[in-house]
Amino acid sequence: MIYSPRADLRGVYIIWYRDVLRFWRNRSRFLSSLGQPVLFLLVFGTGLSAAFRGASGGNFGGAESYADFLYPGIVGMAVLFTSVFSAMSTVWDREFGFLREVLVAPVSRWSVAVGKVLGGSTQAVFQGCIVLLLAPLVGLPLSVPLILQMLVLMFVLAFAMTSLGIAVASRIKTLEGFGVVVNLLVMPLFFLSGALFPLSAIPAWLTVLTRLDPATYGVDALRRVVLLSTGSSPQEVATISVTLFGHVLTIWQDLLILVAFALVMLLLAAHWFEKLQ
Amino acid sequence: MDVIQVEQLVKCFGNLAAVDDISFEVRSGEVFGFLGPNGAGKSTTISILCTLVPLTSGRVLVNGFDVVHQPSEVRHSIGIVFQDPSLDIQLTALENLDFAAYLYDVPAAVGREREEQLLRMVGLWDRRDDLVSAFSGGMRRRLEIARGLLHRPAVLFLDEPTVGLDPQTRVLIWHYVLEQRQRDNLTIFLTTHYLDEAEYCDRIAIIDRGKIIALDTPAHLKSRVGGDVITLRSSEPRRAVDEIKEHFGLTASSQDDCLRVVVQHGDEFIPRLCRELTVPIGAVDLTRPTLDDVFLALTGREIREGGPAGPGVMEQAGSGVARRP
Repeated sequence: MIYSPRADLRGVYIIWYRDVLRFWRNRSRFLSSLGQPVLFLLVFGTGLSAAFRGASGGNFGGAESYADFLYPGIVGMAVLFTSVFSAMSTVWDREFGFLREVLVAPVSRWSVAVGKVLGGSTQAVFQGCIVLLLAPLVGLPLSVPLILQMLVLMFVLAFAMTSLGIAVASRIKTLEGFGVVVNLLVMPLFFLSGALFPLSAIPAWLTVLTRLDPATYGVDALRRVVLLSTGSSPQEVATISVTLFGHVLTIWQDLLILVAFALVMLLLAAHWFEKLQ
Repeated sequence: MDVIQVEQLVKCFGNLAAVDDISFEVRSGEVFGFLGPNGAGKSTTISILCTLVPLTSGRVLVNGFDVVHQPSEVRHSIGIVFQDPSLDIQLTALENLDFAAYLYDVPAAVGREREEQLLRMVGLWDRRDDLVSAFSGGMRRRLEIARGLLHRPAVLFLDEPTVGLDPQTRVLIWHYVLEQRQRDNLTIFLTTHYLDEAEYCDRIAIIDRGKIIALDTPAHLKSRVGGDVITLRSSEPRRAVDEIKEHFGLTASSQDDCLRVVVQHGDEFIPRLCRELTVPIGAVDLTRPTLDDVFLALTGREIREGGPAGPGVMEQAGSGVARRP
């Protein structure tokens, strides 16, 4: 077989384009997808901020309130949920036959997998941006450098989590099955990611579990850039940052772990796409 | 020139041979039919030819390319209309075609022109910007055919193309497909279990339990059944049976006031029959053998398993049509 990188790029592009087109066509969903983050930020965040103020306080890495600490976690949540659930379109395509049309076309299977991952990532970054628009709600001043940093971090997190979703989706034939597996997967990923509480003062068993959650590294990186931009000192931020083997990770190390995880998942997804019939 | 060559193809699922050592060629420009009951191995064979399913052993060339070693070239050479729908119903008709044009690397300028030509052909040009979710089953199928032809394939595979469609749409679809064949010397490979559809074929392979049990033109296949069936109604059926035996040396079967005779060239036989019989005749009917009868004669089974057997076919089989073991 003649290897044709151009054909593969074509495949990646058109698969991505179709997913984004479909997403854009259903943009009425954007409004309803705001509900969950708003609920978390306004109700959960405000309520717990008040409780923490009344009690001894707690260490939120120099954040002015729990809500400020929570905000980057909610950005991560929006990205995480959208990423993993976007893979549902692969199962949907299989169930409704469209996937066959793609599988029989003269483009490689890995390019289909990559196109799907990029399509889902784009949607997830978009949802993350919608939560970014809520920043004034928690009193976070947005700056251009902060937005750019967050876009990059959101994309890397989205790419990793969509790869996971696509790998799962390539092994599951029914929408019901996907729903069950993803629900089993997404809530632990969310709760263990540190989106809701600092991972610095938790028992050892929980520490191990949180470090196994790839979303942890995405949330950690998002939180650092937000806290640093709001005036927390690097020392304050370091007290709540993720540690691995007693060493505080840098943002670059967070990214490296996410990228490594994404590549493993992507290889698995591509491998399983190769076997689809 | 043979556009498809299949040599000793075998496909096993576990211990079960879904395709059991079949060999055949399809000529360029031919309408080639694969006929058989559900589960006979038709769809498995078509999936192998389309590079979707790996083969267990044997060799398959499509448009001169090996399906195992040159899948990409094979995929460029073929268009497929699957048995099950495979459109994106959340996109418009035109967007579905754009998607395919891009996947198959049809240059944009050429693609636009062909999209319009094909959409006009299948009567969907006016609906090009409508979402496919608003289309009826027949419209979707027509769009799939347009999509399958977009990149000018050498072979168009149609896997049960008209299942579930109304007769009018079935006729239309055949009209489009045959029109394209004349224009582009397109080869059409179809699987079906509709016997009337198999009549459009130049040649038919009858497949049963993973093996090809006959491969010939529809006319030749039918001639194997033995002849035409003449049904006549008479108020004195018993005397009529005797007279037919006496005058023509033929054994007629009778049921109530109906008689059945199997003869060659039934159309020429009817005038003689009417002339020479002295018993009163109420009505005469001539039935040509169908591929249903062929399948029954070859396998001893109806092609549509589970369906009610047509009385005509059953009686004909009972009246001494040669069966092959």
